[in-house]
Amino acid sequence: MQRRSSQAVAPELVEHQTHPMRRFLRTDRLPHIWCAGCGLGTSLSCFTYALDELELTELDVAVVSGIGCTGRAAGYLNLDSYHTTHGRAIPFATGLTVVHPDKKVVVFSGDGDLFAIGGNHFIHAARRNVDLTVLCVNNFNYGMTGGQFGPTTPIGARGTTAPYGNYENPFNLPYLAASSGAVYVARWTSLHARRLKEAMVEAIMRPGFTFVEVVAPCPTNYGRRNRIGDGLDELRSYAERSEILHGADPKAADLAPTGPIVVGTFVDKVRPTFLETYEEQIVKPNRFAGIH
Amino acid sequence: MAMADRILTGQHFMNGDEAIAEGAIAAGCSVFAGYPITPQSEIAERISYRLPQVGGVFIQMEDEISSMAAVLGAAWGGAKAMTATSGPGFSLMMENIGLGMMTETPCVVVNVQRGGPSTGLPTLVGQADMMQARWGSHGDYGVIALCPSSPQEAFRLTVRAFNLAEQYRLPVFVMSDEVVGHMYERVVIDPETIELVERRRPSQPPGEFRLFEPGDDLVPQGMPAFGDGYRVHVTGLTHDERGYPVIDAETQQRTVTRLTEKITRNASRIAETEESGLDDAEVVIVCYGISARSSLGALHLAKAKGLKVGLLRLVTVWPFPDDRLRAVADRVAGFVVPELNLGQMAREVERAVCGTTIVRSVPHAGGAIHEPAAILRAVEEVLAHAA
Repeated sequence: MQRRSSQAVAPELVEHQTHPMRRFLRTDRLPHIWCAGCGLGTSLSCFTYALDELELTELDVAVVSGIGCTGRAAGYLNLDSYHTTHGRAIPFATGLTVVHPDKKVVVFSGDGDLFAIGGNHFIHAARRNVDLTVLCVNNFNYGMTGGQFGPTTPIGARGTTAPYGNYENPFNLPYLAASSGAVYVARWTSLHARRLKEAMVEAIMRPGFTFVEVVAPCPTNYGRRNRIGDGLDELRSYAERSEILHGADPKAADLAPTGPIVVGTFVDKVRPTFLETYEEQIVKPNRFAGIH
Repeated sequence: MAMADRILTGQHFMNGDEAIAEGAIAAGCSVFAGYPITPQSEIAERISYRLPQVGGVFIQMEDEISSMAAVLGAAWGGAKAMTATSGPGFSLMMENIGLGMMTETPCVVVNVQRGGPSTGLPTLVGQADMMQARWGSHGDYGVIALCPSSPQEAFRLTVRAFNLAEQYRLPVFVMSDEVVGHMYERVVIDPETIELVERRRPSQPPGEFRLFEPGDDLVPQGMPAFGDGYRVHVTGLTHDERGYPVIDAETQQRTVTRLTEKITRNASRIAETEESGLDDAEVVIVCYGISARSSLGALHLAKAKGLKVGLLRLVTVWPFPDDRLRAVADRVAGFVVPELNLGQMAREVERAVCGTTIVRSVPHAGGAIHEPAAILRAVEEVLAHAA
């Protein structure tokens, strides 16, 4: 896949009345439901800049979401967009991508959706190396339902169902993705807009199962309940804690309530995709016509 | 690949599961996503062998939840897609069957029924998922379910299930059972007799097209595939004709009513029954699936005794043919309803005829099929009661 020179499309301060990437947005659905200070707007914006840089249109790319705050992303994107059931975005996207091997399918969903109720689908799609890009906005809790703790909530952090603090060990998402077989794994915060956009571009370009975690503030629930402050305070704290370490061992990328947040590209490798293996193992040896 | 080349033609000796796989191939199915479960495994095994030959994809998913989700994704990609399972898997599929109903996604779901509840009788027959097929996912919606009673019919009804799915835009159920699934019989396949319904594409260009705008038949008028340029938004949330979420009572009323009525109002076009001896019957056996085969045995026994017994076989179980049952009810002493459950469809017969005649359930919890003599006894009891 070709990409344009990034110079022309890098996010920058603009004085437009409208969003420069509005062609990717369903403007008739705005305003969106996300809270002031939430990291989802930035994440979605970065995604539209990534699409722009890759010169992808509604003819080339579809977005699939599960349920939750991030799950609403599909509904705001002016592409073929599918808002599915809780946790099932990846298998739905698997069905979509196997009949369109020439197109891009992106799963845009949250940490609870992808890693609690949908965790099994994540590891198996990564194992198969299905040609999907999974973008996970991780806000450390179930925002839409009111701030319950989830599979990424750090130990000690509070949620509405963890009134004394969470005592469950959280997932380290890059480690999980890498060990399940993802060919591209990166983590950024929603403040790293340019780098995040760059990671999205790379993830979409790579054939196979690619994963980008976006550490994002949830001021209404997580930030407020854990006395981090408002959205900007939460974003600032994540940015200050970030340590860029490309090629770091994802095993060492655990997230604690405090302490460093390792960001960067953890994995970037080549492995035959689900359909490439199918082509090599089944279609060619048997002289079948191939998927059509 | 040309349709004729895909289809296994000629005369074959195969079981009902294999016939379903061949029916799917003949119908143009190009994606199968499933998870192993007895007694449907022969479907997945056969289709995993056949789909690569015809340019399709078989995916063995991690569970039945993801299987159903992948089928929906493939359908929105533009493919004809199917999954097959049995009771426990059918339970897991209910969540995304609901998504398929809400998003009006054409696809086929096969349930080769075994004894339940729970793990029940994995290798033995049951028919106790009939009400689950009707009401299994939360919320209100209309359903179509077909019940084959032979491998030959398993082939034909699988093709019809794909056609109905395209015509009425929903997941259509093929409610087979373990005995029909594992029963080997002659299956004759003649491509000349197979008619296919293809997906209706939008007739308007993007911008003028509304994804869920219903026609006179209450069915959305067209379904674009991913990449057709229509920028569809498809959501399980209650949505308007554009497909945009609208969370209010009015939209809910309009949407859910249409999802139900697109089936009930078209019921006469969907419903299929097979009837014999109804003209002078005093008692009619209402049956479906494998229980129809036991009922045939009972019918022969009854005729040998000079009893006037008819047979009304439900080929489509949902929508339930209320009108047909009512029409027959007026002129018979009663109905006998044998089924491998404790009276699920018998209740439907009772509901339809509304007290105008006797309805005698012949329940059987599954694990075996009815002895024809048991059905005959019920017939004789109804006759004695009416006399």
